[in-house]
Amino acid sequence: MEGLNIPLNHILLIASLLFVIGMLGLMIRRNIIFILMSLEVMLNSAALAFVAAGAHWGQPDGQIVFMLILSIAAAEVAVGLSLVLQVQRRFRSLDMDSLDWMRG
Amino acid sequence: MLEIILFYVAATVALVSTILAMTRANAIHALIYLIVSLLAVAVIFYLIGAPFVAALEIVIYAGAIMVLFVFVIMMLNLGAKGDAREKTWMKPSVWVGPALLTIVLFAELLYVISSAEGPVSTGVVGAKQVGLSLFGPYVLAVEIASMLLLAGLVGSFHLGRRYLDRAPLSELRHQQEGE
Repeated sequence: MEGLNIPLNHILLIASLLFVIGMLGLMIRRNIIFILMSLEVMLNSAALAFVAAGAHWGQPDGQIVFMLILSIAAAEVAVGLSLVLQVQRRFRSLDMDSLDWMRG
Repeated sequence: MLEIILFYVAATVALVSTILAMTRANAIHALIYLIVSLLAVAVIFYLIGAPFVAALEIVIYAGAIMVLFVFVIMMLNLGAKGDAREKTWMKPSVWVGPALLTIVLFAELLYVISSAEGPVSTGVVGAKQVGLSLFGPYVLAVEIASMLLLAGLVGSFHLGRRYLDRAPLSELRHQQEGE
């Protein structure tokens, strides 16, 4: 694995493609579960870009930012999924558009 | 040479499975595709010289976070009716506009990253270096992450409790509109 000759371009290209796919999913889906999954894809692509940049310079900093992103994703998913459970209990629906009433 | 082939295969698998995950109607199917995508990204991490991060990606992302999704989807019990409703939401009129906007954004990103040069990896950055750096200059970041996880724990505990389960708001709305 010493000196893997992949251009940094290509891995940044993959990271940005994954980010764009995740953002497209975020915009076109109405189910809250799918919206959370798209957020996971976007966070993961950002983490890929960080780790690739860290590997490019031979420094561990990118991997540390990866761990921070990992803990952010875990906290976000825990709160988000418990909100999903509350929404399902109250509205009997996972449609994002059922949450347009800002009282109670 | 083998590593380069492996890299492009893993990248293709990651992209294809992510696209499939975003377009499925069934939540469990989408989740399985997402797990495949995360495993492919873990292979990429291993190949660019970050084996510790590859292990974390599999253990925490594909292992813990995705299992949380599986549990919640099983608790919600969506069924075939949910799938049919998802399909009606996936009309071309819904996704053409956002797709055009994201293609424009991707073209801009492509222009920006085309200036990056050089090989991606100059060697393996192992767990020892990461640990020395994590508990050396970045120890404050560890504390911030621990507080963030504590906040997530308290928040999800509060939101998941049963006593919040009063009358559904939709019924409440009907009552108020009737008055």
